[in-house]
Amino acid sequence: MTPELGHFALIMALGLAVLQSVLGLAGAYRNDIAWMQTSRTVAAGQFAFTLIAFTVLTAAFLGNDFSLLYVAQNSNTALPWPYRIAAVWGAHEGSLLLWILVLAGWTLAVVLRANRLPENFAARVIGVLGLISVGFLLFTLFTSNPFERLEIPPLNGRDLNPILQDPALAIHPPLLYFGYVGFAVPFAFALAALIGAEKDVAWARAVRPWTALAWLFLTVGITLGSWWAYYELGWGGWWFWDPVENASFMPWLIGTALIHSLAVTEKRGAFISWTVLLAIAAFSLSLLGTFLVRSGVLVSVHAFATDPARGVFILAFLATVVGGALVLYAIRAPQLPAGGGFKPWSRETFLLVNNVLLTVAAGAVLLGTLYPLFLDALNLGKISVGPPYFNAVFVPLMLLVLAAIAFGPITNWKRDDWRANVRTLKLPLVLSVAGIVVAIAITWGRGGVIVAIGTWLALWAIFAAFAEPVMRLRHRRDAGALKRIPLSSWGMSIAHFGLGISALGIVAVSAYGFERDAALVPGGDAVDFGGYSWQLEGLRNIRGSNFEGEEASLQVRRDGELLTTLQPQKRMYTTQRAAMTEAGIDARLDRDLYAALGEPLGDDAWSVRLQVKPLVRFIWLGGLLMALGGGIAAFDRRYRKPLKESVAATAAERAGANA
Amino acid sequence: MSWRFAIPLVVVIALVAAFWRGLFLNPGEVPSPLIGKPVPEFSLPTLHDPALTFSSDNLKGQISLLNVFGTWCPGCHDEHPLLVEWSKSPPYGVPVYGLNWAMHQPSERAAAIKWLQRVGNPYAAIGYDESGAVIMDWGVYGAPETFLIDAQGRVRLKHVGVLTEEVVQNKIVPAIERLRAEEKQ
Repeated sequence: MTPELGHFALIMALGLAVLQSVLGLAGAYRNDIAWMQTSRTVAAGQFAFTLIAFTVLTAAFLGNDFSLLYVAQNSNTALPWPYRIAAVWGAHEGSLLLWILVLAGWTLAVVLRANRLPENFAARVIGVLGLISVGFLLFTLFTSNPFERLEIPPLNGRDLNPILQDPALAIHPPLLYFGYVGFAVPFAFALAALIGAEKDVAWARAVRPWTALAWLFLTVGITLGSWWAYYELGWGGWWFWDPVENASFMPWLIGTALIHSLAVTEKRGAFISWTVLLAIAAFSLSLLGTFLVRSGVLVSVHAFATDPARGVFILAFLATVVGGALVLYAIRAPQLPAGGGFKPWSRETFLLVNNVLLTVAAGAVLLGTLYPLFLDALNLGKISVGPPYFNAVFVPLMLLVLAAIAFGPITNWKRDDWRANVRTLKLPLVLSVAGIVVAIAITWGRGGVIVAIGTWLALWAIFAAFAEPVMRLRHRRDAGALKRIPLSSWGMSIAHFGLGISALGIVAVSAYGFERDAALVPGGDAVDFGGYSWQLEGLRNIRGSNFEGEEASLQVRRDGELLTTLQPQKRMYTTQRAAMTEAGIDARLDRDLYAALGEPLGDDAWSVRLQVKPLVRFIWLGGLLMALGGGIAAFDRRYRKPLKESVAATAAERAGANA
Repeated sequence: MSWRFAIPLVVVIALVAAFWRGLFLNPGEVPSPLIGKPVPEFSLPTLHDPALTFSSDNLKGQISLLNVFGTWCPGCHDEHPLLVEWSKSPPYGVPVYGLNWAMHQPSERAAAIKWLQRVGNPYAAIGYDESGAVIMDWGVYGAPETFLIDAQGRVRLKHVGVLTEEVVQNKIVPAIERLRAEEKQ
């Protein structure tokens, strides 16, 4: 396949995307069924052509076609073939193409489920998604064409950035993109609701599973990224408040707020304009994240200036999408219906607390991420806003989230009695207090007040996670009760449980981890540290297809008994001349033993960083549980019923609650 | 139209305007109010030995650099090799002093000592500022930052951000040369 075919397919996709948005939006405006139906078919066509373009680029990578500039810059004949596929999205141009493909994929999925929505609403959603596709296709074709040819192809390519040559990081960007781009769906729904000044909140129900799915991908992507940083960067840290991480964390925080705010909008018809604003914000932050990470702005703002076309386009596009959405919001949001009232102690209040905490957290992360960027942009130099800032802001907010998390699910809409709620949560309360007493006894003398509070609140969230389904069972003790608990209830409980598990892991690692840099001589004396005895047995040279390096063999003993042999590596990638560490890890649920190989110190000695990480696996296990919860909730039966029927049921429910 | 609903739009317009300015304008350095003034008076325990002190008096008598750093700051890791290089053969014999910013993290002292042991210690002396009070007096709002101080103990230049080969050659060294020329007059 010639690369020009890919280029042509992208141009075709652009044409179809224009048609898709015009037919969708104008069709809805003119009430023209034929136009609206055609926009669906056109959207499917747009997906097909985007897929062709992506396939052509992938084939060029697999076939080492170095006549393409992008392939020559990011691949090499010595690169193993799975990484040649990953190299497709290894840099700016290909990532954009993946972005476009994923967006077309989500659009197709919405089209396939569009029959559940009112015709005009669905057409507007597809039209808005089409507009986003147009923007990205224009950007790619005019400033970042991956199909650009080299007149004289080099014999070999410059190889993929070694950082990306790792299974977790190879699939990390696509997962993040599924999440980022997935938020385009709630964004399009929110805009469609604004355009139509919808009086009915049926769209809020229809968009909930989409939001949960996008959030699921983002959650898995972030979890994977954190795990990767842990074993690859060699510091043993699992989160660095790095701008790249923050870029994915902000949409996650707002997306989490959106999921909870949507619950209020769907069930109570309240918080509508707030929900719309969150949907706009989640996607805007996703766009910002994509651009910050992929445009090289974060590495240096001056990279922007060297290619002003790209910088100007990015800014203009962001301004158009976000600005346009917010103009629409300013005009139409006042026309959206206001929700019913509620008392201070009610489920609405707790979901509001959740929203305020998560939004403030996202705002704080945004500030910390952009502030250095602004200084750099204004040529005031490069600075770091370090983890101290983020920890100082973030830890108290998350403690409050953990404290409140148990109440949201078990309180009634509109109003409830706090004494009754506390009685419902008596068992989790007793268990968490017992747990913290045991934890303090085990770790006597280490950790302070904040650690104790953190541990207690994490345990509280864990034990209280399933209070809602348990409460449902208590109310109805007949045989079918268990089966009648909806999937969304299980999903929520599992996700809340996961958050508690993550929090427990974070507290344990931060407070009770050991870390030490040791100088070890092969065959020399063992170092006793963290309750273990560590001995460097020897080193050997290793060689891969595109790297060479050293691998240490490090024996870890406890009470004289050999527990494990860690094999940390230090690799030098030959084409890119870049050094990478591969940590040696012995992973167990309750603790990791971690060794990263540093530098040779002379006299045969090597610096080795040794760490004991209690409960570190809980952090990622919790992340996966949260994602699992989101997935289960997305497949709740009520999202599969025809929308009219299910909305009628909710209206009846609401009327019942009001009575 | 209720203005309440236009607030997000206003916020985003302000953000975009700031980005736009960042793309096209190069307003250069905003001068520190400290420039030309005597260094703020301070006295801190040194990093390696809390019994010893590092004070504003150390910065008088000869031209010197003061570098604000912390192990939590990636930019400080980036510029560190350059400082080590500097200390091996200091241009015009200008020493580099360090100000370790702990940001209320008591573990910073041990971390900094360990880090310097590993990557080399370029500093003639290091003040350890756990509370950040001295940092505040110096008007530092992020790390790394580097000050050039003349022999009379006056702040003459402030560089915000990572020191690069380019910054050292085109900014720091010429400024030192100017100070030396001044002294000769």
